[in-house]
Amino acid sequence: MSRAGVVDEALLRELTPAVIGVLVRRGADFATAEDAVQEALVQATVTWPDRRPADPKGWLVTVAWRKFLDAHRSEVSRREREQRVEAEPPPGPAASADDTLRLFFLCAHPSLTPTSAAALTLRAVGGLTTAQIAQAYLVPEATMAQRISRAKRTVAGVRFDQPGDPATVRRVLYLVFNEGYTGDVDLAAEAIRLTRQLASRAYAEETAGLLALMLLHHARRPARTRPDGSLVPLAEQDRSRWDTSLIAEGVAVLQAALGRDRLGEFQAQAAIAALHADAPRAEETDWVQIVGWYDELLRLTASPVVALNRAIAVGEADGPAAGLAALAAVDPGLPRYSAASAYLHEKAGDLPTAARLYADAARSAPNLAERHHLTRQAARIGQVLRG
Amino acid sequence: MAKYLLLKHYRGAPEAVNPVPMDQWSPQEIQDHILYMADFATRLEGTGEYVDGQALAPEGTFVRYDGEGRPPVTDGPFAETKDLIAGWMVIDVDSYERALELAGELSAAPGAGGEPIHEWLELRPFLGHPPTVTE
Repeated sequence: MSRAGVVDEALLRELTPAVIGVLVRRGADFATAEDAVQEALVQATVTWPDRRPADPKGWLVTVAWRKFLDAHRSEVSRREREQRVEAEPPPGPAASADDTLRLFFLCAHPSLTPTSAAALTLRAVGGLTTAQIAQAYLVPEATMAQRISRAKRTVAGVRFDQPGDPATVRRVLYLVFNEGYTGDVDLAAEAIRLTRQLASRAYAEETAGLLALMLLHHARRPARTRPDGSLVPLAEQDRSRWDTSLIAEGVAVLQAALGRDRLGEFQAQAAIAALHADAPRAEETDWVQIVGWYDELLRLTASPVVALNRAIAVGEADGPAAGLAALAAVDPGLPRYSAASAYLHEKAGDLPTAARLYADAARSAPNLAERHHLTRQAARIGQVLRG
Repeated sequence: MAKYLLLKHYRGAPEAVNPVPMDQWSPQEIQDHILYMADFATRLEGTGEYVDGQALAPEGTFVRYDGEGRPPVTDGPFAETKDLIAGWMVIDVDSYERALELAGELSAAPGAGGEPIHEWLELRPFLGHPPTVTE
């Protein structure tokens, strides 16, 4: 035993899926095992600051198993059955298989809604408490607890050893990453940690592409907002504040994936992010190559959002007139269409139209940070126009 | 303590004293306004009177039930006539007077020319729980 002072939360989160796996292998059902491990985690945060066990995983397994037995006892009324369970734990299948990977698949099971899958993944694979997940998603803890227990009931009939689809897991992790940073739990960092785990356990080019995409965007985070919380657009970011080690890692992960010649949308998106990362100054961005990657992305996804972003890239590569021509083929009802159009009109020198479109874009902005940013753009041009 | 809802309107409230719309302010005036709002919320958190605050998009739709087995009916958006709520803040304060005082401060947020907007905010008391002691 050693005195730790504070609980090593990272260690607790790391151990969570393995401990759930041990309980499931001993014959516990997933839902009860997951609850028992959650209770053990809570107990660890209370007792470890005074006495950190020498074998943290062993401690968690012992405590979680005891919690599982308690829960089981309260459910089973007859002593007979109680005694049967309390006997030596059944050996279960060999523990060589990867429990964490199986938990990934279970928590991203296609029968779950994306929101439920994200919450369940954060708890069972990520080892976060319900309170932390609730805080990160800005909902009451009771609501999040219900969401998680409903998700667990939904997957109750799924066999733990079934193989799963890594694409569903990637979608869940991408969603978690995009929630970003709202409280004391950093969902972006958590998504990166989990994607790393997934990539190391079941390599796939697209999983590597997703990891690279996350690393390259995370690298920009210190430059993306001002101290007052306002947004700094990519072209205006102080690139000396980008995290070069994250960029180097992201580029290396991406190059290894691209070398295997199985392109997918996450790899193409990461390639675009890598080209931005590669430019020491915004003016040195290789927009021609970026347009090439948007063409690939459009071929892979046929997504209208990609077509919108491509129009901006075309505007940078071939001039605003070409960008506006590309934009003309995009549905004007798309979110951020007005903002893209405003930007291209300003570059084309049509300031009155740009000001009006920025004001429109601000009204339809999907969040306050973007609204403030777009309102400032309208105001900036308005000031120029008023002379 | 009693909870109050402070409602800010896009439309439907009487005209403010300083009604110049935000996209016609200078960038600095916008900055000062945003800072004032953020400071206000932070200060209420500090005094233990802040509960929640959210902003709403200007677009909305009316929806109603249309009978068994039929999809709900939607109507609108009523672009020109509907009262449009822009956002809210919920506060939990000792008295109605304190709620008035805070609403006044929020309405003094700077706008065009750095002058207070004097915006009309709607102050609505929550219906609370019945008290335990009734006699």
